[in-house]
Amino acid sequence: MYAAAGLAIMATMVLAITRTLLGPTVYDRILAVNMFGTKTVLIIAAIAFLTDRMDLLDIALAYALINFIGIIAVLKFFEYGEFSRGGRGRP
Amino acid sequence: MSLDHAIDILLLAFMAVIALAVVRLRDLFGVAMLFSVFSLLSAGVFTIMDAADVAFTEAAVGAGISTILMLATLTRTAREEKPNVSRNPALPLIVVSITGAMLVFGTSDIPRFGDPQAPVHQHVAPRYIEDSPSEIGIPNMVTSVLASYRGYDTLGETTVIFTAGVAVMALLGMRRTRRRNGQRKDTD
Repeated sequence: MYAAAGLAIMATMVLAITRTLLGPTVYDRILAVNMFGTKTVLIIAAIAFLTDRMDLLDIALAYALINFIGIIAVLKFFEYGEFSRGGRGRP
Repeated sequence: MSLDHAIDILLLAFMAVIALAVVRLRDLFGVAMLFSVFSLLSAGVFTIMDAADVAFTEAAVGAGISTILMLATLTRTAREEKPNVSRNPALPLIVVSITGAMLVFGTSDIPRFGDPQAPVHQHVAPRYIEDSPSEIGIPNMVTSVLASYRGYDTLGETTVIFTAGVAVMALLGMRRTRRRNGQRKDTD
């Protein structure tokens, strides 16, 4: 069952990477990266159950926190930092 | 081939795809986002290889801080990469190919991953495992090596990183506050 979950997570990882590569707007890319971080957390959890290494779950939790803070930081920077082109409402 | 290996191969394949995309893409914001994904992937690979401390560093520094630093740099420069004007792409390709071939050749006599007979596990590691609980008393041996046996080394590293952090803050942070103050005056 964990193997099937791992494969399903891999499939969604492929989709997230595709959106990061294609992503017409900046927000698509940010959201894809956020989703990819979540998938990394999930795949580490799946590996933890698959190989019976429960200490990996702590790492997965820490990744979830890092991912959340990182996305908040990127969004905040995108909103308040000045990009030379594009900006609010015109990415 | 177990699923563990399949996950390994898939993660490395993702990394190769993203590296190619980083080279091809001209939108630098997208490149910064792709670097973040690349760091997350390599952190996942490190986690699978049981190097949790390296994986933590990679996730925090690679996916977190360096993305922010790249975005901060992008606010100072252009968001589009200029087209490459180098006339002869053959020379870099040859250099890279030869270097890569030499690196692959160099891996041929590396001991297998996790081999207990590898030289790195025979040199000083047995002494740390034997004596560090009584000498230092920290349960985690990596911590006792980093913080006690190689304490001066770690102090030097911390100094280097602190200096680099101060330099980056001086370059990025100060200018931003000044510009933001000026902008606020304009809007007022």
